[in-house]
Amino acid sequence: MNKILFSSVSMKFVMALAGIFLLLFLPVHLAINLMLLKNDPEPFNSAAAFMSSFPVIKVIEVVLFAALLIHLFYGIYLQIKNLLARPVRYAVNTRTKVSFFSKFMIWTGLSILIFLVLHFFNFYFIKLGLVPGNPEDFYSHAHALFKIPAYNYIYLGCFILLGLHLFHAFSSAFQTLGLNHRIWTPVVKVLARIWAIGIPAGFALISLTLWVSR
Amino acid sequence: MNLTLKIWRQKNAKAKGGFVTYKMENVSPAMSFLEMLDALNEKLAKENRDPVAFDHDCREGICGSCGMYINGHPHGPVPAITTCHLPMRYFSDGDTIRVEPWRAKAFPVVKDLIVDRSAFDKIQCEGGFISLDTGSAPDAGSIPVRKRDADTSFDAAICIGCGACVAACKNASAMLFVSARISQYALLPQGRTEARERAGAMVAGMDEAGFGSCSNTGACEAECPKEIKLTNIARLNREYYKAY
Repeated sequence: MNKILFSSVSMKFVMALAGIFLLLFLPVHLAINLMLLKNDPEPFNSAAAFMSSFPVIKVIEVVLFAALLIHLFYGIYLQIKNLLARPVRYAVNTRTKVSFFSKFMIWTGLSILIFLVLHFFNFYFIKLGLVPGNPEDFYSHAHALFKIPAYNYIYLGCFILLGLHLFHAFSSAFQTLGLNHRIWTPVVKVLARIWAIGIPAGFALISLTLWVSR
Repeated sequence: MNLTLKIWRQKNAKAKGGFVTYKMENVSPAMSFLEMLDALNEKLAKENRDPVAFDHDCREGICGSCGMYINGHPHGPVPAITTCHLPMRYFSDGDTIRVEPWRAKAFPVVKDLIVDRSAFDKIQCEGGFISLDTGSAPDAGSIPVRKRDADTSFDAAICIGCGACVAACKNASAMLFVSARISQYALLPQGRTEARERAGAMVAGMDEAGFGSCSNTGACEAECPKEIKLTNIARLNREYYKAY
């Protein structure tokens, strides 16, 4: 049983499922964050309150964290195994033409993790009461953060990296799930580009707008 | 053409290897890469030096024996050909060519450019076959096969098991090879009977041999001398999930 559960193909399957769940969460998060662009704090704060109190969302939150941890640990575990699969490296670096972004998935992924830790400290841990702050007014808190240039640099940098990660991740997840089709795979590849550019661009728009309008 | 060759020399599996430089003069552009190595070996033999060991057999691009990592490419810089078919006209006078063996934990170096690819044979033995009673061959066409399936199966069956996919992959993954074997049988009625057992057993064999996992970068497809497609890997994944 362990052989099946922890085979390279099974682990990639679980990673892909977890990744797709995270991919689907991003537009939801973006839609809520876009409310930060309004002058009225009420819609954003209400949405934040709804997200932290509605029972179904609470369940999804647990699944989301599980997905994040599984994606992270499986990604690191497989990366270590992959490095061990070639103990002696080539003297000449590969000149094979492959998708540029696919080569750096572990690094873009780990960079996003660093951002997530920062993000948890800034928002999620306040909600849990682990870090001082007002969980009733994340709107003002977010506006205050986006007035700090260093925060914006980190924020924008991480979303560029997220875009690079999504560029390969989206279509790769479908391939890993065995979903390859002569008509639908090109559609998935177009969707992957829309996702990889649209989602980070949306988050960046919020950051830049709030930063410039200070 | 005059060339500088930097070739990986390693006495045996346990010895520490390193690059040795050889100067080759008057190399004909019409030679194949292996013929150029033959000329080098002739020269080394005349000088009472140990010739460079490399695998070769048919020299027609169909046996999968030859294979070396040339200037950052398995089988050299020309797509869709094996090392034995690589013409020297693709290099220029004065070029320096670096030649290394395939690098993978599952393909240990035996000597110089020869690696032990028996890991592929072991995976094949796990399920890369169909179980049939012996006897006379059945009539052709007695089992109808959809044309598209027959063509796709054949496209997978032309994999020569050279290991270029493993050599090209940043994870030293054998997924393209295994997927070609699985596709070859899974698409035909004769192969469907054991499809479930085959996918599970061959993937287990692949993991056991120490190959890496697939990151879907497509390096294997780009370097495969027989142009085996990545769609086969998606099929392998599907077959594996169906198996459990």
